[in-house]
Amino acid sequence: MSGAARASASASGEAPGPARRAAVETDRDPGLQPERTRLAWRRTTLSWSVAAVLAVRQSLRGAGGTAPVAAISLTAFAFLAFLLLAHFRIQRLAAAQPPLLSKRAAVAVAASTVALAAGGAALMFS
Amino acid sequence: MSATGWFREAGASVRLWFAPDRVQEEGSTPDYRFSLANERTFLAWIRTSLALIGGGFAVDQFLTDHLTRWARVGLALALLAGGVFCTLRAVNHWVRCERAMRSGRNLPASRFPALLALLVAVIAVAMVAVVLFGWAG
Repeated sequence: MSGAARASASASGEAPGPARRAAVETDRDPGLQPERTRLAWRRTTLSWSVAAVLAVRQSLRGAGGTAPVAAISLTAFAFLAFLLLAHFRIQRLAAAQPPLLSKRAAVAVAASTVALAAGGAALMFS
Repeated sequence: MSATGWFREAGASVRLWFAPDRVQEEGSTPDYRFSLANERTFLAWIRTSLALIGGGFAVDQFLTDHLTRWARVGLALALLAGGVFCTLRAVNHWVRCERAMRSGRNLPASRFPALLALLVAVIAVAMVAVVLFGWAG
């Protein structure tokens, strides 16, 4: 568009710039809230992995015996539980209007974190 | 608040977590975007507690040259306990925020962030002192 044409366009009340697109009603959220929530679950999974690696490293330092094995099993079980919870929640977030996080899932996430801490505390005395 | 009052309130909170989704029946359903924001805040607190727990492991594993075993274990257990407390509080706060949004009340105010900040600051200053002055056992 030449300068003169742009000037006449703005003079006639049309906004300059690239072709405007009419607003479209969609059932997807323009703020990308579900995607941000999905990424929050991913970040939490990453934090969980780091903590789990440190817990396993903790168990490899002490003497052998059944206590480290039990603590590693507890950590692995808690990690697996968290991964499943995150996976199913991420799947449900793909809906156009995601359902509320269930209270049971929230309590289970907290329980897996508490199990990690309990396993770690047990390892410090083994 | 008296100790018995505190325990009664804590018991009421725990019952609230396990109430079979009674939350969803009261008040009106808020915009799902607000619920998702509440969920992200919950996850951020969970990450905070995971960081505290990981920090507890790190203290026990990496400060071996600076601290006696019992000082290490004590500090690590303090961080682990902080992580557990932070987790429980995350669930509690999430449930309360969800209920407040449904009934149109103000979101619950909390002293917890200030308390956590104080705890982390005290532990950090202790760590710096230990490493700088070499208070080895």
